[in-house]
Amino acid sequence: MKQYVIIGNGVAAVGCIEGIRSVDKQGKITVISEENHHVYCRPLISYYLENKTDTNRMRYRGTDFYEKMGCEVIYGKKAVKIDTSAKAVVLSDSSRLPYTEVCVAAGSVPFVPAVEGLDSVDKKFTFMTLDDALSLEKAVDKDSRVLIVGAGLIGLKCAEGLRDRVADITVCDLADRVLSSILDTDCAAFVQKHLEANGIRFMLGDTAVKFNRGCAQMKSGKTMNFDVLVLAVGVRANTSLITDIGGEVNRGILINDRMETSVPNIYAAGDCTEGNDISSGQKKVLALMPNAYMQGNTAGVNIAGGAKVFDKAIPMNSIGFFGLHMMTAGAYEGELYEESDGNSIKRLFTKDGLLKGFILIGNTERAGIYTSLIREKTHLDTIDFDTMKKVASSVAFSCENRRKKFGGVV
Amino acid sequence: MKRIYVNEEWCLGCHLCEYNCAFANSGMSDMATALKGKPIYPRIHIEGDDKISYAVSCRHCTDPICVKSCIAGAISKSEDGVVRVDKSRCIGCLTCVLVCPFGSLAPNADGVMQKCELCLQNSCTSPACVKGCPNKAIVYEQRGEDE
Repeated sequence: MKQYVIIGNGVAAVGCIEGIRSVDKQGKITVISEENHHVYCRPLISYYLENKTDTNRMRYRGTDFYEKMGCEVIYGKKAVKIDTSAKAVVLSDSSRLPYTEVCVAAGSVPFVPAVEGLDSVDKKFTFMTLDDALSLEKAVDKDSRVLIVGAGLIGLKCAEGLRDRVADITVCDLADRVLSSILDTDCAAFVQKHLEANGIRFMLGDTAVKFNRGCAQMKSGKTMNFDVLVLAVGVRANTSLITDIGGEVNRGILINDRMETSVPNIYAAGDCTEGNDISSGQKKVLALMPNAYMQGNTAGVNIAGGAKVFDKAIPMNSIGFFGLHMMTAGAYEGELYEESDGNSIKRLFTKDGLLKGFILIGNTERAGIYTSLIREKTHLDTIDFDTMKKVASSVAFSCENRRKKFGGVV
Repeated sequence: MKRIYVNEEWCLGCHLCEYNCAFANSGMSDMATALKGKPIYPRIHIEGDDKISYAVSCRHCTDPICVKSCIAGAISKSEDGVVRVDKSRCIGCLTCVLVCPFGSLAPNADGVMQKCELCLQNSCTSPACVKGCPNKAIVYEQRGEDE
């Protein structure tokens, strides 16, 4: 009987468990969960602060999930080493778990910059886990002045989550724009304006270089007083388990389309990995929940002896702030098609006869049709792209293509 | 499983399916009270151009990408094959809209996702769009799948 050990208890782990059980109903599955929580939806921690969900509804799968899947979960312990010669995973309490296959779904950790005086700050948090959100909830009140370092997805979602709980929120970022990883300059300015209209203040192109208790000395020379500090400058993939055994690692654990690492019998999935971004052709850490599930699921099927590849990963995000939705996908390279009015922006990027990427702000209807053009690498000369670029609709496909999509089982 | 299919040669683009859908899922007994003078949020919609028209609703895919992508774990495929949204868990992030290649999902008036669930759990008990289609362009049948 196989003995699967899954390191991590996030969405990639669930994908892996479900993948294993689609092939092997008998094998022993052990999940190592550093956090003392049933698997939950990590991106929902900001919605928790906004009172749009609660710890029960945040569970990614039902309370009976592990039982139904026949797996054991070890809570509150960490995998510290994979002993490949003895084929055992060593835990933080020195106990050992024998394995036949391992899936490393260890996620990532917030990067905390070594800023002078950070130790003097009383109330400081990162914003990555449910425990972070629960601590932050306790630390703030309606008079709190919050300084968030980092205007990326995590920092801004945190700002949205906290807005109605605190007096004042300022977000600083060394980048000159908000959401610099997913938006270009114009789109970022549009979103920033909306965030400012909703009470968030910004100090861009500027960051804290020194802290003295509740005072941040900024790079620009300004000072900023605060009660609560949130550090959201970025995350780092947890790669050490693979590095330590000589496996191939770049910014994330390197995997192929079957989710195999360079070490035999060891697979990896989710935010700790670097997958192939097929829109840019580059290896990238694609720390996105859909990719985590699909990578985990692929790993699970394969470690259980099935055959599955996941070769359609692209960066993509659907995110909203104070009622304004935006969707982004792929690579922003090639020729630009643009539409914009005061309420929305559409930017489509085409190159070599393919849709490479898009940014949609405001109107996001049926955006999945665009996403599928990128994922499937649909040649634009096989569709009516002049129609498609204006409105995402299957009407731009040929009758035959539409019959395939809508006329049978897909 | 039985799914909803549309013969686009027969679809008139009359939008009646949208109204029948919105009414069937309104929980109300009178169509006028449910829909009159209000914006409607149907789970089926008409697309097309000056030559053709057709209705689009969830395909209940065998391997649904919306289920795998939902960041709230709110979308699932039941044993009967129907893809359903647990509205109490949806947080309206629209990731399902970002990934559905058919453009089948759209939020309701409150920004919560809803989708075609084949009228199996509302008072209609079988797809209202099919029953009400004046040209019988929309059908509910099993195609090309052994069960």
